[in-house]
Amino acid sequence: MEILIIILSGVLFTTAIYNLLQKQLLRIIIGTVLLSHGAHLMILTMGKLKTGLPPVLTEGVTDYTDPLPQALILTSIVISFGITGLLLVLAYRTTQENNTDNMEQLRGKSNE
Amino acid sequence: MSNLAVLPIILPLASAIILIFFNSNVKVSRFLTKIFTLIGVIVAGYITSETLFNGSIILETGSWVAPFGIILVVDTLSAVLVLTTNIIAVACAFYAPYSNLGEKENYYFYPFFFFLITGVSGAFVTGDLFNLFVFFEVLLMASYALIVLGGDKVQFRESLKYLLINLFSSMLFVTAVAFLYGVVGTVNMAQIAERISEVDQQGILTTIAFLLFFVFGTKAALFPLYYWLPNSYIVPNPIISALFGALLTKVGVYSIIRVFTLMFVHRLELTHEFFIWIAGLSMIFGVIGALSTNNIKLIVAYNIIPAIGYMIMGIGIFNQEALNGSIYYLIQDMIVKAALFLLVGIIAYVAGTSDLRKMGGLIHHYPLLGWLLFISAFVLAGIPPFSGFIGKLLLLDGAFQTDRIIISIIALGTSLLILYSIIKIFIRGFWGEKDTMKNLDIKSTKGMIGPVVFLLLFTVILGVGAEYFYPISNSIAEYLLDPQVYIDSVLKE
Repeated sequence: MEILIIILSGVLFTTAIYNLLQKQLLRIIIGTVLLSHGAHLMILTMGKLKTGLPPVLTEGVTDYTDPLPQALILTSIVISFGITGLLLVLAYRTTQENNTDNMEQLRGKSNE
Repeated sequence: MSNLAVLPIILPLASAIILIFFNSNVKVSRFLTKIFTLIGVIVAGYITSETLFNGSIILETGSWVAPFGIILVVDTLSAVLVLTTNIIAVACAFYAPYSNLGEKENYYFYPFFFFLITGVSGAFVTGDLFNLFVFFEVLLMASYALIVLGGDKVQFRESLKYLLINLFSSMLFVTAVAFLYGVVGTVNMAQIAERISEVDQQGILTTIAFLLFFVFGTKAALFPLYYWLPNSYIVPNPIISALFGALLTKVGVYSIIRVFTLMFVHRLELTHEFFIWIAGLSMIFGVIGALSTNNIKLIVAYNIIPAIGYMIMGIGIFNQEALNGSIYYLIQDMIVKAALFLLVGIIAYVAGTSDLRKMGGLIHHYPLLGWLLFISAFVLAGIPPFSGFIGKLLLLDGAFQTDRIIISIIALGTSLLILYSIIKIFIRGFWGEKDTMKNLDIKSTKGMIGPVVFLLLFTVILGVGAEYFYPISNSIAEYLLDPQVYIDSVLKE
């Protein structure tokens, strides 16, 4: 199970990088979203995937789900959600002001 | 166990929240900002003296014993950096009313200013790797808002790139933390360090170390990851550039210092040797960038990169003198970069342009401004009696002790070129006939000069009074070379 999820996370990373390298702004944003998904799956897998076990550690319990990765993911999801929201607004305003969503044309001139 | 450790985070956070309510009233905002930053300096000063005399302050939040809960560790290094941050905040708070933000001052400038300080201080005091990521995000969020403040066409364009590169490196940071958690099973810095030393930093851990170095290197703008920095740092108002230039990249450097003096110190020939070359290349390429342009703001922005190179060089050499030099240089560079960005902002304002080719003869109208720039050029190049000299002397001392001649030559050569790049502003902008610049209307620099003088005064004190500050940075270097002290103070074994 862990192997499968790690491969999935790898696939997400690859598609994310591919999208990040595109010129169209919206594709880049989708790339960042996929990147964060890949990273989150990665954290989840790092705590070992188990089903039906409680996230507690008391005496007598030997098998338990590690609660820490879930806490980390929750934090990370909230942060990337916020940033994606900001990024969408920023991208929208940028295309409005500059009349283009092509990164090639958003490069800027050397003497401004 | 002392609640003192949380004050550097709580105070600016509370200030930011209070200032949100006074957003529409600029006068109250300005007044409160000055008061809050002054309180911040006093508290940071008290914390620093406490750590100097009584050792690290450690707070286990919610009484969750380390390594299970989130802990805050204020050691001497963190305390000194928090103090420096607050000193810069004071200068910026007093400069802000005169910084020509115009109506932008009403667009939540002051709350975001304090959110930025919150993030920076938090990153300095946290003892938890994941928490470091969270505080990075706090300061980056504030910086995203500040960099786009005003909303020019150019600003949107550059802040988009700034956001994207930082988002990418943040996601890599999360991945690196996940990797590390998978291998050592903890995110507490002290426990990570302990477990890494137990397994003698095997292959996979060194890989993770490089991944973390990539992340921090991107934030700190090292070669070859600095390309995002110069253009995005010059688009916002000078005061925001000053905050960014002084604080943001230095958080990256602090993270490198923390991670590579505490955790990954068992394969020096792989990691730290690599840093020295990266540092050398950062110096060369950064200073070439500074020489290549006629835009005064861009010259100063490029000058961040070689300075980062000097600090990383000290970490790479990794002996007492070099680390001491790194820390001395880090602290004085935070101050002088803030001063320089503010100074260049004033020059661009009075000259009405940031293009050197259109300037000349400013010294006849603004003598004080000219001489302040002259002094900061000397500080940056490391000419005695200013503080840059002490930092560079210690760094070179460390380099010579380990017979690293090439990096020493690069460092010395770069110093000269840095001096030239700043003096170029002085020569082209300030020398010349009185009426070189036609239609120059004399503007008042009232209130703008004060904060710059205040900051430059500190660099002079750090240089002339090196006798008093050298033992402090020396003890920090000694402390960093022995990670066991940090581990013991946190895990209490």
